[in-house]
Amino acid sequence: MNHAAMTGWLRSDGRKGIRDAIVVVYLVECAHHVARRIVDKIDDPRVQLIGFPGCYPNDYALAMMKALTTHPNVGGVVLMSLGCESFNREALAANARAHQRPVETVVIQHAGGTGPAIAVGIAAVERVRADADARATRVPMALSELVIGTICGGSDGTSGITGNPAVGRAFDTLIDAGAACVFEETGEMIGCEGHMASRAATPEVAQALIASVHKAEVYYRAMGYGSFAPGNAEGGLSSQEEKSAGAYAKSGSRPIDGVIDPAEPVPGPGLYLLDVVPPGDPKFGFPNIVDNAEIGELIASGAHVNLFVTGRGSVVGSAISPVIKISANPDTYRRMVGDMDVDAGRILEGRGTLDEVGAEIVDRIVAVAQGAQTKSEALGHCEFILTYKASAPSRPAVCA
Amino acid sequence: MTAAAIRISPSDNVAVACRDLVPGETIRVEGMALPITEPVALGHKISLSHLEAGDKIIKYGMPIGSATAAVPAGGWVHIHNMQSDYIPAHLRDAAGDHS
Repeated sequence: MNHAAMTGWLRSDGRKGIRDAIVVVYLVECAHHVARRIVDKIDDPRVQLIGFPGCYPNDYALAMMKALTTHPNVGGVVLMSLGCESFNREALAANARAHQRPVETVVIQHAGGTGPAIAVGIAAVERVRADADARATRVPMALSELVIGTICGGSDGTSGITGNPAVGRAFDTLIDAGAACVFEETGEMIGCEGHMASRAATPEVAQALIASVHKAEVYYRAMGYGSFAPGNAEGGLSSQEEKSAGAYAKSGSRPIDGVIDPAEPVPGPGLYLLDVVPPGDPKFGFPNIVDNAEIGELIASGAHVNLFVTGRGSVVGSAISPVIKISANPDTYRRMVGDMDVDAGRILEGRGTLDEVGAEIVDRIVAVAQGAQTKSEALGHCEFILTYKASAPSRPAVCA
Repeated sequence: MTAAAIRISPSDNVAVACRDLVPGETIRVEGMALPITEPVALGHKISLSHLEAGDKIIKYGMPIGSATAAVPAGGWVHIHNMQSDYIPAHLRDAAGDHS
């Protein structure tokens, strides 16, 4: 694999993207249908739908949308507003414009309802896409300029012994090359906090790691149960901390440089924990109701690609940043080969080692960064979900 | 050569099945002979020694919960005979399936 041949779209903040998506953003559920029709009618995989369903304002949702619409993989933005919702569309548009993204806003009530708004929206997307193409600047891009996230979902007893530790090997390689890597879900680190603290780059980071897991435990207790689904038990996992230990293997072995909040950009190269649980008393329900909520947060923190390890067999992809799916279970790989990018379960059958699969994952990331489609991209998966959450305060002292 | 089950960390008292294990077979894990008396699916755990209720279950070198019943060596270790020391597992039955 020629790692030198990567190129990226240069953005005004110096970051580089591996895709040039045009995002159509519905700012309330009432604008969802019109936005979806626009994306469906344009039928260009590059034009993708994201949105926020709520009518009431939420600082977290605004911060997430600001980060997502100026992600290096995004080249242009069309905002779809009903007109009376409270999402601050002006602030969102101004932020995108300040980051040199072409942006247009369509207000359905001003356009004259569904039919006219779809026509106006299609024209807006076509203008924004053309403008993005005119601004596009492709430049060489190094492995060290990548931000890679990881998540596991549909976990079973194989996840923690094949796919997750193989991602850990890939993370070690990427971090050694100067890239930034992010692992997440503090609710799925319950039981691992002591070991994580022992890997912290500084005593402050150690404290932040332990505090983030304790916060998650309190939060999930209040919700009634942890991040442990029936399929996890059917797959052989028996407790939250067993699932945690397996999930934690994704983080590899390098020092942990900091804890970041959703939509907070990674501060530099190295390894970071994304603290997905909001501060304070539980509010607005579960921190992340499903895997794609976490994938969205990893992307908002800058992830160009996400590594998704699954044992039971997830099929999801994502808007904005490609998802590489790694099957930990060899039976799942055979059953769902059309969805899986990497067969890590072969380790169980003596057809590969953790190091070999880790190297394959790094090669896959480079290929995807060079433009190769992931299985979920080829299948048209473009999932996105964003729900209410309490905003986290900034904590500049935490990152080493 | 593919093992029937693997111990992940030297201090573990359970091993993970690398394939579906069937009653009647005896598998070997690091020299130990373990009789299989019940079906154990790929990814599930078997005990490497006799466990008493209250014993910590060790996997990845870390406690992953405690036994709630005695388990013979080679026995299936899962939610029927162990539980989290932190937070309850969320299961379909417990979630209130009224169908």
